[in-house]
Amino acid sequence: MIRETPFHPRTSEANKTGLWSHWSGYLATDRYQMSDKFEYFAIRNSAAVIDTSPLYKYRIIGSDAERFLAGVLARDIRKCRPGQAHYTVWCDDDGWVVEDGVVLRHSDDEFLLTAAEPNMAFLQDLAGQMAVQIEDVSNDFGALALQGPYAREILKQLAPEMEEIGYFHLTPAKVGNAAVTISRTGYTGDLGYEIWVERDDAVGVWDTLFEVAAPYGVIPAGQTALLIARIEAGLVLIDVDFYSARYAWNDDQRTTPHELGLGWMLRDLASDDRAFIGRRAIERELADATSRWKTVGIMVDYEDWNRVFNERGVIPPKDHTPEHGGMMIYDEKLERIGYTPSFVYSPMAQRHVGIARVRPEHAALGTELSLEVTIDHRYDVVKANVSRLPFFNPPRKTA
Amino acid sequence: MPAKKKFDAIVIGGGHNGLVNGAYLAKAGLSTLILERRHLVGGAAITEELHPGFSFTTFSYALSLLRPEIIHELELTKHGFMPLLMPSTFAPTEDGDYILLGQDKNENHHEISRHSPHDADAYDAYGHMMEQVVHAIRPLMDSIPPDITSKDPEERARMAAIGSYLADLPPGVLHDLIRLMTGSAADILEDYFESDLMQGLLASSGIIGTKVGPRSQGSGLVLLYHSFGEHDGAYGAWAFHKGGNGGFTQVLARAAESFGAEIRLESPVDHVITKNGRATGVVLEDGAELEAKIVVSAVDPRRTFMQLVDPRELPTDLVENIRRFKFQGTSAKVNFALDANPNYPGLEGRSDQYRGFINMGPSLDYLERAFDDAKYGWYSQKPYIDGCIQSNVDPDMAPPGKAVMSCFIQYAPYHLKESDWDTERDRFGDVVQKTLEGFFPGFGDLVLHREVVTPLDIERVVGLTEGNIFAGEFLAPQMFFFRPAPGWNQYRTPIEGYYQCGSGTHPGGCVMGAPGRFASQQILGDLEKKK
Repeated sequence: MIRETPFHPRTSEANKTGLWSHWSGYLATDRYQMSDKFEYFAIRNSAAVIDTSPLYKYRIIGSDAERFLAGVLARDIRKCRPGQAHYTVWCDDDGWVVEDGVVLRHSDDEFLLTAAEPNMAFLQDLAGQMAVQIEDVSNDFGALALQGPYAREILKQLAPEMEEIGYFHLTPAKVGNAAVTISRTGYTGDLGYEIWVERDDAVGVWDTLFEVAAPYGVIPAGQTALLIARIEAGLVLIDVDFYSARYAWNDDQRTTPHELGLGWMLRDLASDDRAFIGRRAIERELADATSRWKTVGIMVDYEDWNRVFNERGVIPPKDHTPEHGGMMIYDEKLERIGYTPSFVYSPMAQRHVGIARVRPEHAALGTELSLEVTIDHRYDVVKANVSRLPFFNPPRKTA
Repeated sequence: MPAKKKFDAIVIGGGHNGLVNGAYLAKAGLSTLILERRHLVGGAAITEELHPGFSFTTFSYALSLLRPEIIHELELTKHGFMPLLMPSTFAPTEDGDYILLGQDKNENHHEISRHSPHDADAYDAYGHMMEQVVHAIRPLMDSIPPDITSKDPEERARMAAIGSYLADLPPGVLHDLIRLMTGSAADILEDYFESDLMQGLLASSGIIGTKVGPRSQGSGLVLLYHSFGEHDGAYGAWAFHKGGNGGFTQVLARAAESFGAEIRLESPVDHVITKNGRATGVVLEDGAELEAKIVVSAVDPRRTFMQLVDPRELPTDLVENIRRFKFQGTSAKVNFALDANPNYPGLEGRSDQYRGFINMGPSLDYLERAFDDAKYGWYSQKPYIDGCIQSNVDPDMAPPGKAVMSCFIQYAPYHLKESDWDTERDRFGDVVQKTLEGFFPGFGDLVLHREVVTPLDIERVVGLTEGNIFAGEFLAPQMFFFRPAPGWNQYRTPIEGYYQCGSGTHPGGCVMGAPGRFASQQILGDLEKKK
């Protein structure tokens, strides 16, 4: 049966649309009010509260916890000090990405790993004889993201230590009477925090937070708003921008960290002596330059977009609803050279943008591409350019 | 370093069109100076902290008609361009009823059905009609009109092309276009809607800024003009820029400066220097002379032709046309700092109805009666009010939990019969507040600060003649071929090197930027021809 997150008593009250989706087995609000775009603007201009509880959460604890994770995760967890967090991927032996997630390091011996898919067997089978315990605490904790420019000002009224907490750092804190962990993490590319709270305290934390936050125009935001923000932030999404290598049917469905634009996680590979899963394959990929793709941003030429729609006599659509599919990308000879798994009209960039996968020779910044669009069941192409990711990257995110 | 005195181009007036124009000229490589009389740029598009912690959009208060090309060509998103969605439109009545429209088509259908099932369906039909007309007329609005007085074959060919373009439109669309351009807002709306509240709500766009009532011929054109805009591709939608329209003009200023334009504040221009029929620079009020081979006036036609230059240097017919050009400002603002959002009976404790325009004009009769007062030289005793509590969309505008409310008021004719605006200011403010009290019982108790902006204030502070917010009325004889005068609708003037780029030129007012952009194209084209 579908589960309810610890915040459900409040999210169900706030959800005026009756629209829910299923996220990792939990009910998640698509949009709370009739305008998901208004919720999106809360993220960019005040702050929005997003229930991110459905993520799988694994507590990894023990004297070998660091050693264990150092062998599983592609990014070197040894560099993540207690009180810090890492965004990371993990791979299979062939160097294909299995999944991505955030690790919070509470202490030398205790970590919390989040993931979109179940990973219990995968992790347990790798533990071997190591002194490490892996516990699925997914249902024990709620996670509430407060994302947006006012997030710090609001949160510091509840927990003054927020003033100091750096990007991808975390701290224990109290919200009202509830003991929580607050991490400066999120999925919006904006200034933001996530509050990790035990199930029984979740509703109290929601109420305490809104008491302070409501006068700032803070509202709960649903999945659609979050997904607009994440494309602008250039953050990839499983089952959209990539598939888990464990369940892919062929290598076309698999990607490597470098192909996924996450090569930066392995920047220090030369000086990193870990044996982690996929390492040899990744080294071979780099040595033989066998990466098939690069993940880039594409920005659509606004004039050309208007032109193709105007020529068909329709108003050029500028819809903020993310399109998760795969619009084809062509070069000047109309050879297919890639596709765009995530596409949206970005309110911040004021044009259509996409997270795209293109052949490496077409990935240079500014490269001109053609994007296939369908208008009234007919194909057409519009001009686009390779652009930097993220599309929106305010200094406040890390300041 | 002494201030530079010689430029390629000088723009007089740092309103939105002056900034747009200056930015384009600078982007093209011209050393460009923008001169602003006041201590801040923006003209009528400014945001001021008139009460501690409360940001007032003193004059202009929302964004829609801004041409999307400008956003891209001037790279405004790099400088903080951020039009925030206004997700609701609220039309209250004085007896506690209302229409609250939002972003969901079907919910709107239910809401309008409460008043009239007929109107719920008609709303979609009306919206589609307006979109079709706007889509059809856009290419004409988004280009420099031909010179109707010219014998030049190229201009004649452009005239003919417009004829063919219109002839190629679907006949129904052409007919709707003509009805809008020549008829009254009421005539059109009564064809579609039966409920007073829907008629009043939609007719208000047909009167804003113009001395017409909803039943006056010509209000259809005003209605159409206000529908030309868009927000992220949604035709006719309005947005609230982050930090108000002053936030927007600050973005423009940053963009202009990034292209190399210099902006000088507190630099009022006394006049344009002309030698042998061409402009060579300007003289500031403090006597300083600045040289430039291009001088662009971003101020209104009256000031452009009658004050900045000597009318005796201009052709008599132009002077005559400018003399006859109608300003007759008819709008005012009353802005409030409020202790909290107002309460609306029946929606107690809710504030989602205040995330967009609040239209206080519940019927055609209400609006027409408000106009009656103006016809005889007085301000409406029960005015039409377009309210907007921007703090519900942008928390930067007021302290947490408080509210800042912009109220656009009509009618407030510039010329009052047997009194003047300095005398009437407070009484007028009271009339407005009393009207608000009628819609929102208890409103007065929330008022922390009130700022009354009369048409005379608009003229004095911003420099718009007779306080006309569009720098000249939106009347058919003052549009397109004729804005601001036949033969001078292409941004040039009879004085070589002297150009005009304000809202008194095509297409017109609102925070649109098109005049500034077109004028820059004309200037750069003329420079190219001289090479």
